[in-house]
Amino acid sequence: MSKSPILEIKNLHATAGGKEILRGINLTVFPGEVHAIMGPNGSGKSTLAQVIAGRDLYAVTKGEVLYLGKDLLGLQPEERAQEGLFLAFQYPVEIPGVSNLYFLKAALNAIRKRKGESELDAMDFLSLVRQKMALMEMDEALLNRAVNAGFSGGEKKRNEIFQMAVLEPHLALLDETDSGLDIDALKIVAHGVNTLRSPDRAIVLITHYQRLLNYIVPDFVHVLAEGRIVRSGDKSLALALEESGYVGIEELAETAQ
Amino acid sequence: MATQLTSIETLANQEYKWGFVTDIDADTIPAGLNEDVIRLISNRKNEPQFMLDWRLKAYRQWLKMKEPTWANVHYPAIDYQQIIYYSAPKANKDGPKSLDEVDPQLLATYEKLGIPLRERELLAGVAVDAVFDSVSVATTFKEKLSGLGIIFCSFSEAVQEHPELIQQYLGTVVPHSDNFFAALNAAVFTDGSFCYIPKGVRCPMELSTYFRINAKNTGQFERTLIIADEGAHVSYLEGCTAPMRDTNQLHAAVVELIALDNATIKYSTVQNWYPGDKEGKGGIYNFVTKRGKCLGANSKISWTQVETGSAITWKYPGCLLIGDNSVGEFYSVALTNNYQQADTGTKMIHVGKNTRSTIVSKGISAGHGQNTYRGAVKILKGATGARNYSQCDSMLLGDKCGAHTFPYLEVKNTSSSVEHEASTSKIGEDQIFYCRQRGISTEDAVGMIVNGFCKEVFRELPMEFAVEAQKLLGVSLEGSVG
Repeated sequence: MSKSPILEIKNLHATAGGKEILRGINLTVFPGEVHAIMGPNGSGKSTLAQVIAGRDLYAVTKGEVLYLGKDLLGLQPEERAQEGLFLAFQYPVEIPGVSNLYFLKAALNAIRKRKGESELDAMDFLSLVRQKMALMEMDEALLNRAVNAGFSGGEKKRNEIFQMAVLEPHLALLDETDSGLDIDALKIVAHGVNTLRSPDRAIVLITHYQRLLNYIVPDFVHVLAEGRIVRSGDKSLALALEESGYVGIEELAETAQ
Repeated sequence: MATQLTSIETLANQEYKWGFVTDIDADTIPAGLNEDVIRLISNRKNEPQFMLDWRLKAYRQWLKMKEPTWANVHYPAIDYQQIIYYSAPKANKDGPKSLDEVDPQLLATYEKLGIPLRERELLAGVAVDAVFDSVSVATTFKEKLSGLGIIFCSFSEAVQEHPELIQQYLGTVVPHSDNFFAALNAAVFTDGSFCYIPKGVRCPMELSTYFRINAKNTGQFERTLIIADEGAHVSYLEGCTAPMRDTNQLHAAVVELIALDNATIKYSTVQNWYPGDKEGKGGIYNFVTKRGKCLGANSKISWTQVETGSAITWKYPGCLLIGDNSVGEFYSVALTNNYQQADTGTKMIHVGKNTRSTIVSKGISAGHGQNTYRGAVKILKGATGARNYSQCDSMLLGDKCGAHTFPYLEVKNTSSSVEHEASTSKIGEDQIFYCRQRGISTEDAVGMIVNGFCKEVFRELPMEFAVEAQKLLGVSLEGSVG
């Protein structure tokens, strides 16, 4: 039985402040797959993630994005999230005064509501959360602290994957989740992500370095330069890139034009 | 970015929910103020001579006073001769003997406001002394309370039934000459609430008054007096809504609290008067004087207020800490949206030894709202070992609003300690987007962040009030966030 894609990006163009950043992205992601998107700084990696999540700092000028076969760009950011799209932020945001637990419960119940499911009661929610915390080797004390407030860089990144574990998305975009992590934290995060790999879930890793890909082995690797995917391949492409660096990639983008 | 901001604004643009005017024949006198009007008010209310004397004394004082201009609020000059100083719902001469005699339309108004007057009062466990315009129409639970010796009635009734208590305590916390608005109130107030808790009695229920301004151009001048005798405990709730209207309405209430030895008074307010429309047209001018006197040793007075309504708020509930070891508290959430202005805070005057005060103020500004915290902490020479802790936090939504903090500290002895902390924060678009990416709508995200900001104050409110306050903040902020 052939599967239908979770995500189809077709000739996507997007601008920020009048400047074109994405210049014709094409990408198709099927359930069960892990894609890595690599590229030099300023190539549009994070912009791509933000556009898919619906950040209104960016304007889509051309192209379309289908999510589970339906138009994604017409949905509000919260609707996208409720439909199972998750973005692990490169810079997780602090929300003082709002406890992690309360925040996560509101998020989970918003998603359940969209699915027509009843809200999870406090006991069931807590046992779910405890189980997922163990996966991320997180201290339970973090639950009652304000969202990301005063968290270390590593704690913030772990908290993102912990949230992903609780919310169980169809499609997870991980924006430089590896940046700022020491090797131990990286292993924990990678373990968490690997545990969440499943036949009906897709993961898109955005990363600058191939290091993460030693721990989360992707099915596909794409190289982004100047707003376009200039090379696609399997994990060996990431290794080759590490050898040669991003030098020459921009030229590739020019010739692809 | 632009759309994010506009949506913050659309959130705040929700129409005032309680905007309706009840059509009742009001027994109204012509606009204007002079000694005859005061005599008429006193006469209509069948007051003893000492009341009239006190009113006239206040009026003569008021004539010599100037309207204060130091507050950080702006409004067109008020013409005190254009105000109607007395208006009472028309009823049988002797007043209603039961709810059946109350004007059904009035009851319908209370229904709309969700005030528990009929059977609901039992379910809610709340005794209501409802003020409609200037005369109390119904007072409930009186029998149950009077069994404990608690007096809870309208001010007018207290003047008739317990003149000795009124004479003993009226004006002892807020004197007739205290300030311009307090003097005006003393001269012309028409009703309010009175509460006396006798020695050693712990009031078994939350006492509650709902105020409601009605009848066009009727200034509202209430007066509340609460006395907790030695060892008594009482928790009092005040909640307000008002109908939508175009012209500004002056409201100058006075609240006096007196706590004797070992007594505790907790006074909670949720204020939701009509704030004016999106362009700043209309709305209530809320110029209120509230003060508590911790007269006895180990007494405690705690003010908690959630101020979301009124076009202008001018209000500084304070405590005079006279008894040794007495405690004063002030917990406040003040929200200004659209063109609302609030200048609010507290005054803690430490007189007795080892007196303590705590101030927690949370100001939220949205739209073009201007929010000022103004607080005074005064520690007198004899107040050895006194302590104060103040925390003033401001939150801004959008970039057209303002937050201001004016703390005044005056310490006259070396054994006291005073601490002041302040912070200002903004709800960022990053925060909103982060919440939305997790499936939480903008509206819910703002509500969640603002409620998180206010939770130190909300947890001081009685349970059912806390829920109401949270909802109110949500409603008041709708349209203020992208």
